[in-house]
Amino acid sequence: MSRASADPTQATIKIRGLKKIFRVGDERVHALAGVDLDIYPNEFVAIMGASGSGKSTLMNILGCLDQPTRGEYVLNGHPTHRMGMGRLARVRNREIGFIFQSFELLSRSSALKNVMLPMLYSRDHIFHARKRAKEALMRVGLGERMSHRPNQLSGGQRQRVAVARALVNEPSILLADEPTGNLDSKTTVEIIELFKELHRAGQTIVVVTHEEDVAGQAERIVRLRDGRIISDHPTSEDPIHQGWVRRMSEGQAAIFAEEAGSEADPASKDLVAERGAQG
Amino acid sequence: MSVIIAPVAWVVRLVWQTVFLALGQVWANKVRAVLTALGIIIGVASVIAVISFLDAGRKWILSELDSAVGSRTMWVWGQVPDSQEGVMNWSDVRVTTHEAVLLLEKAPSIESLTPLCQRGWQVGYGRETVRGASVWGVWPSWHEVESRQVTLGRPLTDIDNAERRPVCLINEQAITELKLDIDPVGDYLVLNGRRFLIVGVLETKSGGGIFGGSQPRTELYIPFNTHKMMDPYSGTWFQANMINANAADDAKAEVRFILRKNRGLSGDDEDTFGMDVIQNAIQMFNNFAFVVMVGAGVVVGISLFVGGIGIMNIMLVSVSERTREIGLRKSLGAQPPVVLLQFLVEAVVLCLVGGLIGLGVGFALTRVVMLMQDFPIKDVPVPGYAILIGLGFSASVGIVFGILPAIKAAMLNPIDALRHE
Ligand SMILES: Nc1ncnc2c1ncn2[C@@H]1O[C@H](COP(=O)(O)OP(=O)(O)O)[C@@H](O)[C@H]1O
Ligand SMILES: [Mg+2]
Repeated sequence: MSRASADPTQATIKIRGLKKIFRVGDERVHALAGVDLDIYPNEFVAIMGASGSGKSTLMNILGCLDQPTRGEYVLNGHPTHRMGMGRLARVRNREIGFIFQSFELLSRSSALKNVMLPMLYSRDHIFHARKRAKEALMRVGLGERMSHRPNQLSGGQRQRVAVARALVNEPSILLADEPTGNLDSKTTVEIIELFKELHRAGQTIVVVTHEEDVAGQAERIVRLRDGRIISDHPTSEDPIHQGWVRRMSEGQAAIFAEEAGSEADPASKDLVAERGAQG
Repeated sequence: MSVIIAPVAWVVRLVWQTVFLALGQVWANKVRAVLTALGIIIGVASVIAVISFLDAGRKWILSELDSAVGSRTMWVWGQVPDSQEGVMNWSDVRVTTHEAVLLLEKAPSIESLTPLCQRGWQVGYGRETVRGASVWGVWPSWHEVESRQVTLGRPLTDIDNAERRPVCLINEQAITELKLDIDPVGDYLVLNGRRFLIVGVLETKSGGGIFGGSQPRTELYIPFNTHKMMDPYSGTWFQANMINANAADDAKAEVRFILRKNRGLSGDDEDTFGMDVIQNAIQMFNNFAFVVMVGAGVVVGISLFVGGIGIMNIMLVSVSERTREIGLRKSLGAQPPVVLLQFLVEAVVLCLVGGLIGLGVGFALTRVVMLMQDFPIKDVPVPGYAILIGLGFSASVGIVFGILPAIKAAMLNPIDALRHE
């Protein structure tokens, strides 16, 4: 299993009839109630849905952090639902880069040490771990901050460290569960720009978000409700998203129009429209 | 090449990083770590102190024994077996000079030997008289057996013995009590009504210590045959030197074989002689040391067990404090054995830190006791094996009591661990 062997016609992720049932006391919560989904190499997919719709549950299973109650999850042709703890750990190490909403950095370690962490659990990059970690940090624009600890970094910089850590083992898929959920809008734009850059460089990315403007940067939007997929469209054809884009530009126009006496700035209008639309 | 090196390097790096991490963890919780390791500290300190004292004590007692009687000494005497009580007479079983010669010739573990007899006689010089002076009949080999030479004059000789000469050696106390000349060699004493020529003065033995309690008395040493001629009925026994202190078992077996053969004992016949070696005194000390060891072992065992429970408790706390960290490491691909190793190493490092402190405390304890007045042992070194045992114990406690928390951490589900607050 490696990126090199990835065949563009073979799905990186293939899930069938995926169910996840949590037992809370006597109650059973169907967090995922039968999900089928294929994600191909070099796709950039946004997963959307209301809070509690099962996005995180799905991402955790995609990231092999959790196992489905029923159904199949095949990653690069390998059925992960049949793997034990040890092999799942290997898959997480080599195939998956996971980015959390709350960054999950080791607070006592420097950015560099944090990025080196996945290589501690791999036999592949023993003699180049430091060099690779430095390269990954440079790639996310933190070449000057390597020896800083997480508490010496801003939120956006922390998430960049987490991105570098997710990338350092060259995973076949980058999974991000609300990566900008803890960030202000300016930093959100920076992180999403970074994702787009990685995507342009060939990285397969799945990102969970509940912000339409973040989702708008993806190529494809998958929407969940009550543990089921209710829609799956390219961004440009997603009716909900396009509706949102229309409302946004109209709303902006209305706001500009309302600003009596002042001339609406066409440049800023375009910018908003562009941020709403596909990138 | 890298196919072989990489996995090795991986393991080395993992262990190194884990140890480093564990040391950091202990350092971050210094006070807690020391309090937790208190049981280990006490346990290891007791191990070190007890072993050091017993070791030094054994050496000291051996050297005391050696200067008092010699650690190679063996005694042989005639003895009527219990079952023959009333049937045999003591004179039937007493050891003879013939047997002394036999043992010297045929027992390879016996280096030197002298028959001995002793009784109290009145000794006079001029107007001075000492009643009940201790008079010994010995062979010239006695000088070697007792390693006691003359400071003046000459030692006893085989001719003195063969010709039953009336010659004697005296000790310093005799000079004082009989008011002899400071160089009395050539003077005559009256011993039990006979004139004896003083041929030499014996050196005073530096016995002292635990065995040299009694006041020195006037002692005379005369040829064995002379003694026997004056009193044929005094008790006789042999005192011998074995070739070394470890030859006790061989020496006993040889003496037994030779004497039984000489006395025509066969099959079920009981020995008509007895023997003892100084080793028995050492054995007695060893028995004492064993009792102390067992007692100390119980103390050490309890403190290590209590310490171990403390370690287990603190490791469980550590695991639940760092559940999120464990979840993160697992989400990045840490396999269960690696997580297990991390917590096991941490427990072992914690215990070893405690063990090292205990080592210091134990060492300090030996120094403090050594500095006490009246403490007879001058040097109490801490033997290397005590250090190994102490550190070995603490590492084992770390493994035994760290394994449960480590397994708990290793078996955590990554997502449950990450969600933990
Ligand atoms: N560990 C869990 N135990 C019980 N219920 C859970 C657990 N994790 C998630 N759920 C439930 O599953 C549903 C989906 O949750 P989640 O996947 O976190 O939604 P989202 O990320 O879309 O907000 C919710 O109803 C949630 O309460
Ligand atoms: Mg969520």
